[in-house]
Amino acid sequence: MITDIVIVIAAALFMGVYVSWRAGRIDRLHTRVDMARAALDATLLRRASVALELATSGLLDPATSLLLASAVHGTRDSRSTDRPRDLAESDLTRALRAAFSQPGFRTSMTGKDGADELLEEVEGAAHQVFLARKFYNDVVAATRDARGRPLARVLRLSGRARAPEFFEMDDSLVAENASTPLSL
Amino acid sequence: MKIGITCPYSWDVPGGVQQHVRDLAEALIDEGHEVSVISPADDDTPLPPYVTGAGRAVPVPYNGSVARLSFGFLSTNRVRRWIKDGGFDVLHVHEPEIPSLSLLACWVASGPIVATFHTAIPRSRILLVTYPVVRTGLEKINGRIAVSEAARTTLVEHIGGDAVVIPNGVATRHYRKAEPLPGWPGEGGAIGFLGRLDEPRKGLPVLLRAFEILGPRHPGLRLLVAGRYADADELLHRVPAELRDRIVLLGQVSEEDKIRVLHSVDVFCSPNTGGESFGIVTAEAMAAGVPVVASDIDAFRQVLRGGEAGELFANGDAEDLARALGRLLGDQGRRAELSAAALAAVAEYDWSVVARGVYSVYETVVLGSTEVAVTASGGEFG
Repeated sequence: MITDIVIVIAAALFMGVYVSWRAGRIDRLHTRVDMARAALDATLLRRASVALELATSGLLDPATSLLLASAVHGTRDSRSTDRPRDLAESDLTRALRAAFSQPGFRTSMTGKDGADELLEEVEGAAHQVFLARKFYNDVVAATRDARGRPLARVLRLSGRARAPEFFEMDDSLVAENASTPLSL
Repeated sequence: MKIGITCPYSWDVPGGVQQHVRDLAEALIDEGHEVSVISPADDDTPLPPYVTGAGRAVPVPYNGSVARLSFGFLSTNRVRRWIKDGGFDVLHVHEPEIPSLSLLACWVASGPIVATFHTAIPRSRILLVTYPVVRTGLEKINGRIAVSEAARTTLVEHIGGDAVVIPNGVATRHYRKAEPLPGWPGEGGAIGFLGRLDEPRKGLPVLLRAFEILGPRHPGLRLLVAGRYADADELLHRVPAELRDRIVLLGQVSEEDKIRVLHSVDVFCSPNTGGESFGIVTAEAMAAGVPVVASDIDAFRQVLRGGEAGELFANGDAEDLARALGRLLGDQGRRAELSAAALAAVAEYDWSVVARGVYSVYETVVLGSTEVAVTASGGEFG
């Protein structure tokens, strides 16, 4: 009789510890999502700011400058223009790709003051966006998976936190197909 | 006079600006001027003798949609060479606020420059027009033309300076005569519509609702619809099933077929709910001598002389449109009257008239100035 009670209490205790560990894990994952999102936002902002620097550098022709500036403007302005953030950021990628994929683009820049450094910085910033988005989507996938388990769903272990969304965008500065700089 | 004209959009893609440039160039050539046009174009596109291709336009996102534009140092070099070899008395750039050939031309050229602004500039783009490289380009312009009062207003209010309004022209003689499509307009009468079907501002939904009202009252009445669309099923779904086979969708039609479409209907309808700065399609219908029923937006009110040269209905009001269409379909005398009035009214928009107006702007800016040349500082590339 007493052993039965002990077993029940032990089981209940074990369940309690397990459930709270699961809940804690989901909570930690949500925190990691927030951090990864902040990092992604920072890389996007950095990319936009170097793209704008390139646009205003006087290294490019005015049409390319204007395209880049307009795309940067779009990322900042996506709330008021109803253009979702992911689309606006993809637009900036495509504008950068259109500029960078012109035949002979790099050679046309050689010898100009500060050109190489600036172009490398743009490419570096674009690559960081690629990495940060990958990390962010990884942790989003893990979080969604943890939230989706039956126990987590039944006991509502994620509380009121909303399920994090993947951030999908075109972030490759290199066209998949060399003859078409922009896939439509 | 030797005139150089730049077109910012790809020559092989149909569009209002391209058509404007083509008709203007041809009207000026008819008047005996020497005209050269530079435009983005695919290398294998057959070009009229007066057009120089500036290479393939690249599709890029601009202002929330994808545009095919020419930019970059290769295009800059081509524009510079074209200006250098052209020896133009005047350079006429179209839409210099768009990141394409016209902006590049402003950048590399010096001398008399005329610019035509085609659209009312949306707010988000006004910010970009004040952007230094654009500003510098725009400041070189000696004479500005706006194709509509709306386009002029945005220029004046947001960018400063002034512009003369010279509306788009219509090459009226192209529209005067054409063979109707086989079987049209038919016994029961026919209504025509031209324009992007999936662009709500072109107003097709209003016309479809009006057709829903008219259909049962006019057995045999058909609707002929030409224009690009994404999803025809979705579109026809809005119309009751029994009327669907009386609506004929042609899809995108060639320039020639467009004129035939105009001659295939008894009444042409322009139900646009807004966003139209001139209403070129409406003017083309008038040039074909088709009686027009149009929404009472400013652009149409002006072209139709406040209702003298075509019927106006309350914008967006399908019932009012149905009433106007019904009245015209039942009154052949009134249709003949409107047709004659439309032909007379549209003569004022003929390209020969418009081109003379543009030419007088050229004459003003070339006074006391030298020919167009390339600037020494206009960014040399490789």
